[in-house]
Amino acid sequence: MSLQPVKFYQTGTFTVGNRLLDESLRTVQANMQRTNSLNSGHRACQGCGEALGARYAIDAAMRATKNRVIATNATGCLEVFSTPYPETSWQIPWMHSVFGNAASVATGIAAALKVKKKSDVRVIAQGGDGGTTDIGFACLSGMFERNDDVLYLCYDNEAYMNTGVQRSSATPPGARTATTPAVGIHPGNAFGTGKNLPLIAMAHQIPYVATASVANLHDLEAKVEKAMGICGARYIHIYVPCPLGWGSSPSDTIKVARLAVETGLFPLFEAEHGEIVSRIPIRNKVPVEEYLKLQKRFAHLFGEDRSAIAMIQEIADRNIRKFGLEEA
Amino acid sequence: MFQVRIHGRGGQGVVTGAEMLALAAFLEGRYSQAFPSFGSERMGAPVVAFCRISDQEIRLREPVTMPDALLIQDPTLLHQVDLFSGLSKSGFILINSGKSPDELGLSGLPYPEDHLLAFPATEIALKHIGRPLPNSSLLGGFCALTGEIGIDSLKEAIGRRFSGKTAKDNMAAAEASFTIVGESMHAATD
Amino acid sequence: MLQQIEGSRAIACGIALCRPEVVCAYPITPQTHIVEALSEMVRTGELENCEYINVESEFAALSVAIGASSAGARSYTATASQGLLYMAEAVYNAGGLGLPIVMTIGNRAIGAPINIWNDHSDSMALRDAGWIQLYAETNQEALDLHIQAFKLAEALSCPVMVCVDGFILTHAYEQIEIPEAGKVDAFLPPFDPVQVLDCMDPVSIGAMVGPEAFMEVRYLQHYKQLRALEMIPEIAKEFSEQFGRDSGGLARPYRIADAETVVVALGSVNGTVKDVVDEMREEGHLIGSLCVVSFRPFPLMEVRACLENSRRVVVLEKSFSVGLGGPLSDGVRKSLSGIALRGYTVIAGLGGRAITKKSLKGIFAKAEMDELELLNFLDLDHEIVARQIMRERETRRSGPIAENLLKSIGTVASRIA
Repeated sequence: MSLQPVKFYQTGTFTVGNRLLDESLRTVQANMQRTNSLNSGHRACQGCGEALGARYAIDAAMRATKNRVIATNATGCLEVFSTPYPETSWQIPWMHSVFGNAASVATGIAAALKVKKKSDVRVIAQGGDGGTTDIGFACLSGMFERNDDVLYLCYDNEAYMNTGVQRSSATPPGARTATTPAVGIHPGNAFGTGKNLPLIAMAHQIPYVATASVANLHDLEAKVEKAMGICGARYIHIYVPCPLGWGSSPSDTIKVARLAVETGLFPLFEAEHGEIVSRIPIRNKVPVEEYLKLQKRFAHLFGEDRSAIAMIQEIADRNIRKFGLEEA
Repeated sequence: MFQVRIHGRGGQGVVTGAEMLALAAFLEGRYSQAFPSFGSERMGAPVVAFCRISDQEIRLREPVTMPDALLIQDPTLLHQVDLFSGLSKSGFILINSGKSPDELGLSGLPYPEDHLLAFPATEIALKHIGRPLPNSSLLGGFCALTGEIGIDSLKEAIGRRFSGKTAKDNMAAAEASFTIVGESMHAATD
Repeated sequence: MLQQIEGSRAIACGIALCRPEVVCAYPITPQTHIVEALSEMVRTGELENCEYINVESEFAALSVAIGASSAGARSYTATASQGLLYMAEAVYNAGGLGLPIVMTIGNRAIGAPINIWNDHSDSMALRDAGWIQLYAETNQEALDLHIQAFKLAEALSCPVMVCVDGFILTHAYEQIEIPEAGKVDAFLPPFDPVQVLDCMDPVSIGAMVGPEAFMEVRYLQHYKQLRALEMIPEIAKEFSEQFGRDSGGLARPYRIADAETVVVALGSVNGTVKDVVDEMREEGHLIGSLCVVSFRPFPLMEVRACLENSRRVVVLEKSFSVGLGGPLSDGVRKSLSGIALRGYTVIAGLGGRAITKKSLKGIFAKAEMDELELLNFLDLDHEIVARQIMRERETRRSGPIAENLLKSIGTVASRIA
């Protein structure tokens, strides 16, 4: 008789509680041996999703490679808060060049490692959404199409936070930013704009593309670990709330991230060679209002005219249909 | 210093022609410099390449404005381009054409009669190479007309530039042209 | 071995002899033949242990080189013109980080109007990026400078641009001595980086630096250039001893001992200038010339020493600081602080305008009579300029300038020079 696996959930969530798991199944972050690649003492804001995302991802990559990781970093919050001269929070070899070239610099490092026959050392490039979907897009696309041996991690907080919350091509419709203010007839970021980089990455037919969220730690770490076991160009798009830019409470970072997944606004999936191979189903679908109302960037949508919320709900519903997120 | 200008159309190989001439001079232990007219012309457009040959090191980097010899790969250029611009009064002119200079309307040019010669370089190329590439023929004719480069050096240059049958065929075209031009010069002076 | 070979191909041979480990390539005329030749050498195995990467832009080309150099690989790329400007941000970054990348510039004009021909506008636009800039007079020197450039770059941990006149040198087919591999290996030791991304000894490269130390970082870049002023002649001397010919150095005077007029220039035009100097000397003119090889660092003292006994200096510039004059003149003027002599700037050869002996002779003769303006334009067609100025005065919508000028002069296919 086969044993039915036991599922443990923390109260009110569908997240597996670490303490109830066998030690071998616990997250990298739960392990005292984690490398703390992005060490404490950095200057990120309270509740910074990007700092969490980077630490989770790089520590997982470190475990997967037996601590053989070199990382590049686009200009942005992560770069600025982690390396205020003369200090650095990085416990790994790390390099920042300019805003738009993190993928290319990583390509160069990978080429150098190849020529020096250091195949055990792996390269990760990191950027925010602006450094990835906008200014770094050409270099990223080039890295993808050459299938360079680089894992690119995009920490998506949906705007240019480092420069003071301006719109990027990852800013969602309806969101207020400093350059899409909540005034006028069509407040916030316009509907029908923006780009979905995971799908664009898939169009390059690269070996591995995944989306992940700081609210789903097991999943995020598993995807990074899987990516480190693959050679060639890989891309993981990590959803990282920004309390400052989103106007959410620093204590709600994980909650907001989880709601993005459960509303269908941020689907979690994996794709190999351009084909979706797995997705995380939504167990308990939540209306988008629950997600939107925690963030001041959407506060203007809650006036008398709620049509924008309905349109965002349509986007979420479309995602659920498109990615097959409804649990059977 | 002996300066050559090669006029042709994009795709006819003026640059290759200038380079083979320079290589032949190099093989004779002389200094030489070949360079194109630096354009972005496409197939068929009028193009120019230059070659300088000297016994001293060549420092000059200007285009050849006062050539000692002109090689004209395509006679249709006669009506489009100021081909003879700057040509020295004792300059040589070699034209790829089955027509005589008279027939080409060039009888009144102020250059020595035995320095002006037209011969069917393309036809010779077709015969020996099987393709309408007049370069080797014209260069063979150049050797005969000017005596500036020996035919054996030219053939060696062709051998270095090309290989196998292509080299052999081009050498044959150069040799045949050298003979034909030599004979017609001889006939002219008789 | 002495070969009759295209300049670009000879440069590629020189690069290959330096055993680069990463070569990044993006096509732009007129440097393309160099990276094409290197691609072939990597594929045939002539250049071993080298990663050749076809990138999607010049910005990526230098960025890949930045990554590769930071990971300890000897890295090379080449560009020109618009390409250099497109990578400008990365150019400053490599300079600021002090990464010993060597990059060939096939010097070419910058648009608009788009123009593929030679001048020095491209490298001059990036002259203050913290790179060493060496200008080749001949193709032999272009090849030799690349070998010296890697040695210099790696000794100082500072990037070096080797500037080679596009087409005039890159596409000229002439005789060039290709050195023996063993000699180059003896001259150029393997790359031993001063900073490297290493898992055994992690460092953070490219951290943010605030006002408290930024000036010092910049000063240290300048200090490297000051050291380069000492090292460039030493490396040139060592090169001369090992390879038996003079190449490089800071600046090379020609017949200046008793010269009243000295012409200063960068790059390949020095060959033509020397021919003019010789001809004018034969006619009794007291004229000489000075070829500046190292533009960054600028050899103030050497230039001063070559000019201080003359009466006038004519700076022949292939680039133009619109609204002022020429960048080489600025350096020359600075070198002459406290010395009273007449100085003229001649802007020449922009966008590939042929610089002929005839025109140079004419303008040098005028200089000797002190009949030049402070700023002069060699062979400028004043007539079509005047016509356009008139057109603009008369008609508000006078239209695109370039098109108007081309209409004025008619077809250019038949022009030789």
